[in-house]
Amino acid sequence: MSAAAREVILRRIRSAVEGAPEAEIVRGYRGATGERGDVELFAERVRDYKAIVHVVPRAEVAATLAEITGGRVLTVPAGFPSDMYAPSEGEPDGVVSTCAVAVAETGTIVLDAGPGQGTRAQTLVPDYHLCVVRDDQIVPNVPDAIARLDPTRPLTWISGPSATSDIELNRVEGVHGPRTLEVVIAIG
Amino acid sequence: MSGVFVGMPAFPKNAAKAVQNSQLRFNLRKATHTIRGKRAAVVGELDDWAELRQAGKTIKDHTLRNLDRYLVQLEEKVTEAGGTVHWARDAAEANRIVTRLVKDTGETEVVKVKSMATQEIGLNEALAEEGIEAFETDLAELIVQLGDDFPSHILVPAIHRNRAEIRELFLKKMAGAPKDLTDEPRVLAEAARVYLRKRFLESKVAISGANFMIAETGTLVVLESEGNGRMCLTLPKTLISVVGIEKLLPTWQDLEVFLQLLPRSSTGERMNPYTSMWTGATEGQEFHLVLLDNGRTSVLADKVGRQALRCIRCSACLNVCPVYERAGGHAYGSVYPGPIGAILTPQLRGMDTELDRSLPYASSLCGACYEVCPVAIDIPSVLVDLRAKARHSRAEKAGMAAAGWVFNRSKRLAKAQRFGGRMRRLVPKRLPGPLSGWTDTRDLPEIPAESFRDWWIREGKR
Amino acid sequence: MRVALFITCVNDTLFPGTGKAAVGLLRRLGVEVDFPLAQTCCGQMHLNTGYRDEAVRLADRFTTTFAGYDAVVAPSGSCAAMVREQYPHLDIEDIPKVYDLSEFLVDVLGVTDVGAYFPHKVTYHPTCHSLRGLKVGDKPARLLENVRGLELVPLPGAEECCGFGGTFAVKNRDVSAAMCADKIGNVMKTGAEVLCAADNSCLLHLGGTLKRQKSGVRVLHLAEILASTEESAG
Repeated sequence: MSAAAREVILRRIRSAVEGAPEAEIVRGYRGATGERGDVELFAERVRDYKAIVHVVPRAEVAATLAEITGGRVLTVPAGFPSDMYAPSEGEPDGVVSTCAVAVAETGTIVLDAGPGQGTRAQTLVPDYHLCVVRDDQIVPNVPDAIARLDPTRPLTWISGPSATSDIELNRVEGVHGPRTLEVVIAIG
Repeated sequence: MSGVFVGMPAFPKNAAKAVQNSQLRFNLRKATHTIRGKRAAVVGELDDWAELRQAGKTIKDHTLRNLDRYLVQLEEKVTEAGGTVHWARDAAEANRIVTRLVKDTGETEVVKVKSMATQEIGLNEALAEEGIEAFETDLAELIVQLGDDFPSHILVPAIHRNRAEIRELFLKKMAGAPKDLTDEPRVLAEAARVYLRKRFLESKVAISGANFMIAETGTLVVLESEGNGRMCLTLPKTLISVVGIEKLLPTWQDLEVFLQLLPRSSTGERMNPYTSMWTGATEGQEFHLVLLDNGRTSVLADKVGRQALRCIRCSACLNVCPVYERAGGHAYGSVYPGPIGAILTPQLRGMDTELDRSLPYASSLCGACYEVCPVAIDIPSVLVDLRAKARHSRAEKAGMAAAGWVFNRSKRLAKAQRFGGRMRRLVPKRLPGPLSGWTDTRDLPEIPAESFRDWWIREGKR
Repeated sequence: MRVALFITCVNDTLFPGTGKAAVGLLRRLGVEVDFPLAQTCCGQMHLNTGYRDEAVRLADRFTTTFAGYDAVVAPSGSCAAMVREQYPHLDIEDIPKVYDLSEFLVDVLGVTDVGAYFPHKVTYHPTCHSLRGLKVGDKPARLLENVRGLELVPLPGAEECCGFGGTFAVKNRDVSAAMCADKIGNVMKTGAEVLCAADNSCLLHLGGTLKRQKSGVRVLHLAEILASTEESAG
């Protein structure tokens, strides 16, 4: 049945567009720049989503993580730099991860299941997500992010904590994904 | 399309009821005006918006022109990546495929991510007939499902409900809702989180739609806010995505355009909280993609109407539409309300019913929809084109023919004007028949004794 | 430059005062304007109601009537938009160059001060087809701001449709009336005594409602305000 449906649909398409002029794609918009993204802009845009943001020198990341996670037990995905955070014993109530790319203009973090990022579920189910972003991972805009990413990997784009606009079209934070997103940007 | 709207009266009748509903008017005015402001602000931030819009339009046109080729490429890539592709000519075929896939897993419950395509085909109802229960997980869909209600907006199906109404509904219909539930949006969202959490963790099968499919890579893309999408797309063992064939984009790079256009047009955000992208069977999942025609190829065959297939379901046109704001989504009798619905529904369903014939007229042609459309669908032009294809009443045809006859000779027009000038004292204050629609709420203008052209002949020219 | 006036069927029949004002204004600015008597209607009502064939016939007629003029001036944003924006969709060729009155004054004649006098508080409704079809922008406002004695007050929600929409006002009477109610609510908020627009169709709908409601606000076409002078006012 499926094979027949496939042929019928393809045939319908061909007859529908027969004789229609070829349509050329026009790309006049700003494309990928290949440049580094602005750290301050990224921090500001992430804060706009009501996430907590810290900007610290690379050498101080470990100390910052220790300070903000004091008392918490976090899941640490495989490949997370061990000199930054050491897992502690107990039932985790959050997750710490790295990321693949971050977008300054939109305040977005992208995970691609690479080292330190875990599976998609690992950064989803806990109520708290702590993400470490290196400044060289920040790109200016969306086209730069697309250029850097590998579509064959599972990708999750995260812009702030989970939210909904379903009640009177106003954004409120905190539904099914992590209700708290904390971002540590490592500079230098 | 879904049977729930069958037998509904024509748009003007539905709208007449809606405009008298003060609660609905208040809710819609508040929500649409909020989102209009947010959209305008984030669109204004991008100085290349016009170019992004042009790119969005031309990418979609190019894709539609070469849809057969790109669909075959998509199928190949999804299959290579371990997914299974199914083709469905219509709603019944799509429902049969999904039902069979769910039955093969042995499960009787599925979780769902909000999807227009599955609403369009009435999948939940079809599954229920086969003993499979579908749980909507999007907050607004949950509100609609708990209330035995119909969706009234593409993006926010429960836009017609305010916070107080949602609170009452949760208290009545949501098992385990806390007794001290308030109408704070944050508290209502928390209640939904608790209610659905167990279901997410235990469900074995999920059904989704998709915002985009990339032919070049076989990648599917879902944009969402709450995280229910991520839950459904990643946790269950089996994922079934039902996607309209027009949701295709040729290349991975094309996404850079639409990831800018969609969130800003839709929720008025620089980026929506979560976007998931996956290619084929991912992280040990079983993945099925059901490609849906269901009338799309006949829309594609229409030279003017085919531009409706560019639609990325952002709902910006609904949010700016003065008719939608006052009539509400239910008046359109379709899962696709508002201006885009007024051109999509009659094309997908045909114009055999009074309701579907009335939809192209559910617009004052003010053009606000075209102005905000991120893929530049000229909705007013498509509306006008559909009006020319609709069946007209005999009385209207006679009236229009008479007017055409008068306008076809300037002498006839002049005669008619002189006749009107002589009769001007005899025009009643209230007109009869369909024209009473005018004098119900408005006074008629005074008819002048002399038309402009007679004045010109008498003394105007020199 | 050969300039013709396209009066439009609605103005010709119901609002001759607007046409006389437009002629008077243009003559005052030194423009000799012609009125081809063969003109009737641009075909907008037929097209928008679903009668394409009649509309094409009227569009052909319009094109023939106004062939040979360098500029056609229409005191109606929606009829000018019909010719400029919709005729190409009807495959009409050699479409005459049509301007809405404010476009002709500002873009072609290059004037924003037309020497008018109108000592009243006025609010301006931009009308959809002028705003989004022709994209006249702030041209009408610039003209009004230069009218001596005139106090121009901004209209809240100005860009929203008034609910006229041709046969929409009859076919969807309830939504049309609801849109009109909101527009009039905004007009009343301004405290203006005159509601001005560049389209008498919208003013027919708004003015008819204002009158029914005994609101005390009158409507006037832009041409009539711009044609007013100290002499005519006195």
